[in-house]
Amino acid sequence: MSGESKKAPYRIPIGPIHPALKEPVMFTFEMEGETVRDVDFAPGQAHRGIEWMGMRRNPVQIVHLTDRICGICGIVHSLAFSLAVEDIAGIEVPERADYIRAILHEFERIQSHLLWAGVAAHELGFDSLLHLTWRVREEAMDVIENLTGNRINYGIVQVGGVRRDIVPDQHAVIEKCLAKYEGLLGTLLDFFLDDRTIRMRCRDVGVLSRKDAVELCTVGPTARGSGVNVDLRQDYPYAAYGDLDVRAVLPDQHLGETHGDVYDRIVVRLLEVGQSCGIIRQCLSDMPAGPFTAEEKPARILAICKKASGEGIGRVEAPRGECLHYVRMEGKDSPASWKVKASTYSNLMSWIPMLRGSQLADVPIVVASIDPCLSCTDRVAIVRDNRQAILTKDDLHRLSVEKSRRLQR
Amino acid sequence: MKEGVLSPEEVLEHITSRFPKGVSSASIRKREQGKKKVPHYTIWIDLDRELLKPAIGALMEIQFPHLSVIAGADLGDAIRLLYIFSTQFGHEKSEYMVTFAVTLPKSDLAVPTISDLVPGAVFSEREKQEFFGIRVTGIPDGRRLFLPEDFPPGVYPWRKDETGVPEGMVKELWKSGRPTDRPSPPVEEKSPGPAGGGEGGMAAPGNGAPKEGGK
Repeated sequence: MSGESKKAPYRIPIGPIHPALKEPVMFTFEMEGETVRDVDFAPGQAHRGIEWMGMRRNPVQIVHLTDRICGICGIVHSLAFSLAVEDIAGIEVPERADYIRAILHEFERIQSHLLWAGVAAHELGFDSLLHLTWRVREEAMDVIENLTGNRINYGIVQVGGVRRDIVPDQHAVIEKCLAKYEGLLGTLLDFFLDDRTIRMRCRDVGVLSRKDAVELCTVGPTARGSGVNVDLRQDYPYAAYGDLDVRAVLPDQHLGETHGDVYDRIVVRLLEVGQSCGIIRQCLSDMPAGPFTAEEKPARILAICKKASGEGIGRVEAPRGECLHYVRMEGKDSPASWKVKASTYSNLMSWIPMLRGSQLADVPIVVASIDPCLSCTDRVAIVRDNRQAILTKDDLHRLSVEKSRRLQR
Repeated sequence: MKEGVLSPEEVLEHITSRFPKGVSSASIRKREQGKKKVPHYTIWIDLDRELLKPAIGALMEIQFPHLSVIAGADLGDAIRLLYIFSTQFGHEKSEYMVTFAVTLPKSDLAVPTISDLVPGAVFSEREKQEFFGIRVTGIPDGRRLFLPEDFPPGVYPWRKDETGVPEGMVKELWKSGRPTDRPSPPVEEKSPGPAGGGEGGMAAPGNGAPKEGGK
């Protein structure tokens, strides 16, 4: 090989399917040696036209469609959509429903963050930690099933309230789960934050500066990991959050400094699990009595929605960040316009500054660090001069694991 | 109001006072939830497209705003675009949404890019180009975003006129009816005693007695 071709940057496409997170996106990396010089990505590999479908259905039907936008965020989309429609139709949600919505919302955050922690551990080569986090995540899933009847696609939120109450018998089930998590959290923090290898793999890797985080419109733990003080539960209260004192979790509260790296994003998510436990407990003790929906009969809800016209926005803090629904009704069955803005929509552009300058072996953990709800690798084709090599997702994962092992020596 | 934090009226005034002409409507909507009825506010401003960038500039004087998304609607003879911002995040219970709406007649569907002010807007602008068929002038990256490369040109999924998704592109799976050649689902044997009690209905499908030979 000539010296010239060694220097030339080469392109690595990664995608569009990634078995680790089940959501596809196509990456193209421009590599110089092991270092990512530039990166581009193309989402949309799983565009299902949900908004198009929604504009041909009525709000009662759409709520169930929103449950299916995301595999694990069953509450946030149906809640954001319901908030938008209630805003247009002027439906007053009972206070008890606000509390039930908040409790379910926080359980969703707990299970989502634990799922993410497991994925992060796996990407770093710590599979025992993956199995531990996913096993303890089942506690939250069991409670969600107890409260809603389903593990996913809960079907619990409806326009005007929720479909099921939380009865006194269920308080004990919830309390047992919370106590278990509060006991575990210290252990989880030790495993993740005091481990030398995790620190070496994540500290100052995939850095997103505060300025970039703000200018690229990032949201949720990705923005908070970079020190941006945003949390809709604190800033823009909805449901029961106006009654609670939620404060955004920022890395410098725990560590005294903010790096804006993968490590900081782990800190934020793990601490939010503990925060969610506190919020649920407070909601349970403060929950007012009364009805849990403004209108029980779907036909009546539909009749109210049909008459409504105007524009509304529903906005909630999903586990991954702000989730926003814009709805425009014109006095017909179906909305005239519906725009869904999921949290990952706002976070994708932050990949570019994070990945620029990082190593190929760090790509899996950096990509996973924003907790994307659509993701990357199945096959990696390395095109170098005229030679081609196909790397599978396993190969890329192996590169990452080997790097951890090297550091452990 | 806390010190250094503007009220929603002040935010609205800060923006609209710059523009004696060109703001067709402006309103503040309040919504209260929970026991304490702590309000949150959405500020809606309809303006001419020439004022879009100056208005965003005025908003940026308060704080670098967060752009959630650019939403839109097909009104028949025009496309309405809504730039959904929020400002004063980080101030407890004092964040407001600020929505700038511009109406583009279908004869002239061009709007200037705002990515020089808010770099993160490119993503949403790319999406609006492909879904509404508008033209964002000066966009630094005008490629497709979500639609596949072989999606037919001139078809814009969110339009309600002849450029919308034609019927031929829609698969109506319901017309094919339910499949009849599928094996019947495995059904648990009926337990001889009252074991399982009232819960027995959970295992067997509710629409009739379990059939023999489920396996």
